[in-house]
Amino acid sequence: MQPNPQQLSALKAALFALCLVPLAQLGWLGWSDALGANPIELITRHLGKWTLNFLLITLAVTPLRHLTGWHWLIRLRRMLGLYAFFYALLHFLTYLWLDQFFDWASIVRDIAKRPFITTGFTAFLLLIPLAATSNAAMVKRLGGRRWTQLHRSVYAIALIGVAHYWWLVKKDVTLPLLYAVLLGALLGFRALRLAKERRRQLAAYSRSR
Amino acid sequence: MLIKRPDDIAPSEITPRSLFGRRRAFIKAAGALALAAGLPAETWAREAFPGLQKSAFSTLEPPNSLRDIASYNNFVEFGFGGKSQPAERAGAMKTRPWTVTIEGLAHKPRTFAIEDILRIAPLEERIYRLRCVEGWSMVIPWVGFPLHALLKQVEPLGSAKYVEFVTHTDPATMPGLRFSYLEWPYTEGLRLDEALHPLTILAVGLYGEALPNQNGAPLRLVVPWKYGFKSGKSIVRIRLTDKEPKTTWNLAQPEEYGFYANVNPEVSHPRWSQEKERRIGEFFKRKTLPFNGYAEQVAPLYAGMDLRKHY
Repeated sequence: MQPNPQQLSALKAALFALCLVPLAQLGWLGWSDALGANPIELITRHLGKWTLNFLLITLAVTPLRHLTGWHWLIRLRRMLGLYAFFYALLHFLTYLWLDQFFDWASIVRDIAKRPFITTGFTAFLLLIPLAATSNAAMVKRLGGRRWTQLHRSVYAIALIGVAHYWWLVKKDVTLPLLYAVLLGALLGFRALRLAKERRRQLAAYSRSR
Repeated sequence: MLIKRPDDIAPSEITPRSLFGRRRAFIKAAGALALAAGLPAETWAREAFPGLQKSAFSTLEPPNSLRDIASYNNFVEFGFGGKSQPAERAGAMKTRPWTVTIEGLAHKPRTFAIEDILRIAPLEERIYRLRCVEGWSMVIPWVGFPLHALLKQVEPLGSAKYVEFVTHTDPATMPGLRFSYLEWPYTEGLRLDEALHPLTILAVGLYGEALPNQNGAPLRLVVPWKYGFKSGKSIVRIRLTDKEPKTTWNLAQPEEYGFYANVNPEVSHPRWSQEKERRIGEFFKRKTLPFNGYAEQVAPLYAGMDLRKHY
């Protein structure tokens, strides 16, 4: 399966709209007065959950490419990654504006003292250079190798993001555990492929001697 | 829409008498409809408590709506998966017949039927602030009576120093019990002088009617100067002891939840600063008051104690 350029741009447009659905959901809940007793908490949680979802979806592109052979999927990855940043930014702004209302002293204390906020803030900061270097010009400027190295930090960011969720919950870690398992599978797939590739190269090397 | 100004709303505007009456008529009609449709009527019409005494302990702050109070709950026996789960699931809990056993260091330990407990003392309306350890708060018009009225019935011995509260467990209706994150049954405790304090009540209702199940029907503790988790819901056993009771959250995470758990803006929880709180329905956070604003009444109970250590 290989979409032609027109099909691919239609697919991109559809995906772009689809990725806005979680945001539209909030708009709908607000409109129908269904945000519940604590709307700010609901909005923050929803945006945080979708940040993690988009991180995992972005990280699923490479394994999916290899499993299906649909290498054009890579053409969708930048948009998915940028959506992860978009939801992270909204999540962070919700905390800054709706939750804390720019109470900087309290925000600084939160970041310094509460492990779940420290990790969340760190993950957000680390996402910024990735979003900033996502366009083609930046890839060219950095050079493919350096760009790839920089963008591998997303593995660590996803791990920190899951830790952020894990430390937030009071006791029931079912959902954070689910995210951890999915992330483990996505990263494990890469590690396995790397190991296989290494073995293949070593075998080729010893044959050539 | 998010910004509400409860200061502008007089309490009387929230539940005008006439509307209140019509609401009951509506609920009865709806209950009849539900019966006709083969639905359980209890989930609709709740027992009303007419002729409630007003209390000098009530705050003049406007209460939160019944909708907020009954839809945003922590009642972990009904699940750990969010504040709306108790309202969705607690309807299945059977609250009749119900007995409460009072045992331990007392001259006359005995078991009370809920119907008898309701007659022990005149029921009062107590409009209290409730502060959750998670950083939110509400104002709730409880219906209840002082716990000391019930404890007096069993005549505590001089050796009794603490009171332990054990709550209902029913695996058939409480899916949260399947999780072993906490030790069941959910158990809480107070020092005897805290339990006998006139602010400490057993609540049987709110907004003039029996408690919705998710709020701890048919009988729950309310200790307004402590974080909400101290106020056990759906109580079945009260034990007078001479040792500090082992309490559920304290056993699970002692560095986060102390035995005393007095509301204290100066002692922060590892996950939540306790300096401020969001009153449900308000946009801006407000400053949290020592002892949740009840310092005048209860601070003397802790004279000489280091409340940073005994958090």
